Amino acid sequence: MTPSVGTIDVQPALTPPAGAATTGGPRDHRHRLPRAKSATSLTPISGLGLGIALTWFSLLVLIPLAAVLVQASAGGWSAYWEALSSPQTLAALELTVGQAVLVTAVNIVMGTTIAWVLVRDQFAGKQLLEVVIDIPFALPTIVAGLVLLSLYGPSSPLGVNWANTPVAVFLAFLFVTLPFIVRTVQPVLLELEQEVEEAAASLGASRFTTFRLVILPSLAPAIASGAALSFCRAISEYGSLVLLSGNLPYSTEVASVRIMSSVEGDHLTEAAAVASILLVVALIVIITLDLISRRVARYA
Amino acid sequence: MHETSGHRVMRWALRLIVIGYLFFLVIWPVALVAAKTFAGGLAPVINALRQPEVIFAFQLTLSAAFWAVVINTMFGVGISLLLVRYTFPGRRALNAMVDLPLSVSPVVVGLALVLVYSGRTGWLGEGIEQAGFQVIYAPPGIIMATAFVSLPLVIREVVPVLTEIGTEQEQAARSLGASALQTFGRITLPAIRWGLLYGVVLSLARSLGEFGAVKIVSGGVAMRTQTATLLVEERYQQFGVVNSITAYAAAFILALIAVIALIIITSLRPGRGRSR
Repeated sequence: MTPSVGTIDVQPALTPPAGAATTGGPRDHRHRLPRAKSATSLTPISGLGLGIALTWFSLLVLIPLAAVLVQASAGGWSAYWEALSSPQTLAALELTVGQAVLVTAVNIVMGTTIAWVLVRDQFAGKQLLEVVIDIPFALPTIVAGLVLLSLYGPSSPLGVNWANTPVAVFLAFLFVTLPFIVRTVQPVLLELEQEVEEAAASLGASRFTTFRLVILPSLAPAIASGAALSFCRAISEYGSLVLLSGNLPYSTEVASVRIMSSVEGDHLTEAAAVASILLVVALIVIITLDLISRRVARYA
Repeated sequence: MHETSGHRVMRWALRLIVIGYLFFLVIWPVALVAAKTFAGGLAPVINALRQPEVIFAFQLTLSAAFWAVVINTMFGVGISLLLVRYTFPGRRALNAMVDLPLSVSPVVVGLALVLVYSGRTGWLGEGIEQAGFQVIYAPPGIIMATAFVSLPLVIREVVPVLTEIGTEQEQAARSLGASALQTFGRITLPAIRWGLLYGVVLSLARSLGEFGAVKIVSGGVAMRTQTATLLVEERYQQFGVVNSITAYAAAFILALIAVIALIIITSLRPGRGRSR
């Protein structure tokens, strides 16, 4: 291969604010080390590309998210704490986290079961179920709310009316998080060697023992990352609840709705305080997922 | 492996549980919305969709989604190439950070953009407004919010493909004298085209349906900044048959687009994992 010309060794630090990275250009010729250049170091053009990409990413994502944290801390710790510890906010956070945990638990069981059936079972219409699984992901959230209202709302053909109750929050979370565990477990299950299970069975392991000792450990990382995504999605859900849950304080008001009403009331610091909690949880999930995928890659 | 009767019962039980679960959670509710939309026949639906507010909302949604997808495609391909083909300090952090928008609540996205770009209180908003641009409560804000929430979708599709195809062909092209641009156009782009197309369709579906973030940054004024999803919310909450039909008709169109996108995606990728 041709050695790339003008390779840069050192790219400016990536974290500082926008614009900093764009100055990295072709200034580093004199820094060339005697050892051969790695083929993967940045060229001037790719360095410029990285600069532009980081500038846009900072303007769109990093600076605004940082602004949330700054705004949340604008009034100092006491104001931050006060915003979070108002009974209404606490009730909203409690409802959100509680229902998200519950929904994630249901998803761990149902998502794994659905993935199992989709991979190991054969029946007419299975292809249709594949599409059905992804509908909650593709459907606009406001439409998802309308959809759930039609079966579980006031004019339900089932005769139930769960609109404006905490059950509505549970249903909405369950709907929007449906694909996550299915879609993370399914590919792993496809790759799993059926011979290993057969070997376990032929050595006298019962179906349940095989599942517990052979299949479950290989699925665990996929289930864990799907569960993390599903929890994260649930606590941040907004659109599907607007029409469905009635947004009643102390009863069906979730964290996102609380943030929305603070924004609409122009209480930006309060909104940012609650938002900061959601952001930190999102960050923790991202880091956990990164660690899980690294661990899996190491054992693969 | 020979199947005992116990296994067969188990298999049928699991199958029924899964079908029942999906029927009550997704299939029946979605079918009910379709039925409700056309309960009064086709004419009221068409009339509802011909209202100027509805046409405007869909036009705004389409154009915002279009620009968001264009931006995300260029950015996504660029970032994917950088993440896969190059090493630089902070690459791992960037790799994890690009997934962040998928985990952030749309409401937080809206709030974050308002805090920076609002003309009244934003960090950068005042300067931008003095330069003659309005971001918040205007189409640029809607495009930014939409681009934010769908940002990782192209990257997540392109990165695995780029990793899998390796660099041999690209290196061969370069050593035969092709420029970087030629190599990209003749080798890399054709190799990633299906992954890229999949990512684009996914982004488009997500962009058309964005609600929470757009609600905060747009203000949702009819005929000015009201997108299709915001229209559904407003009309559903108003009284009257016409409003209700309008909400259902607009929701039906959005759902239809989503399902078509899904079918395109599923057919682009027949049998997950077959390409391996």
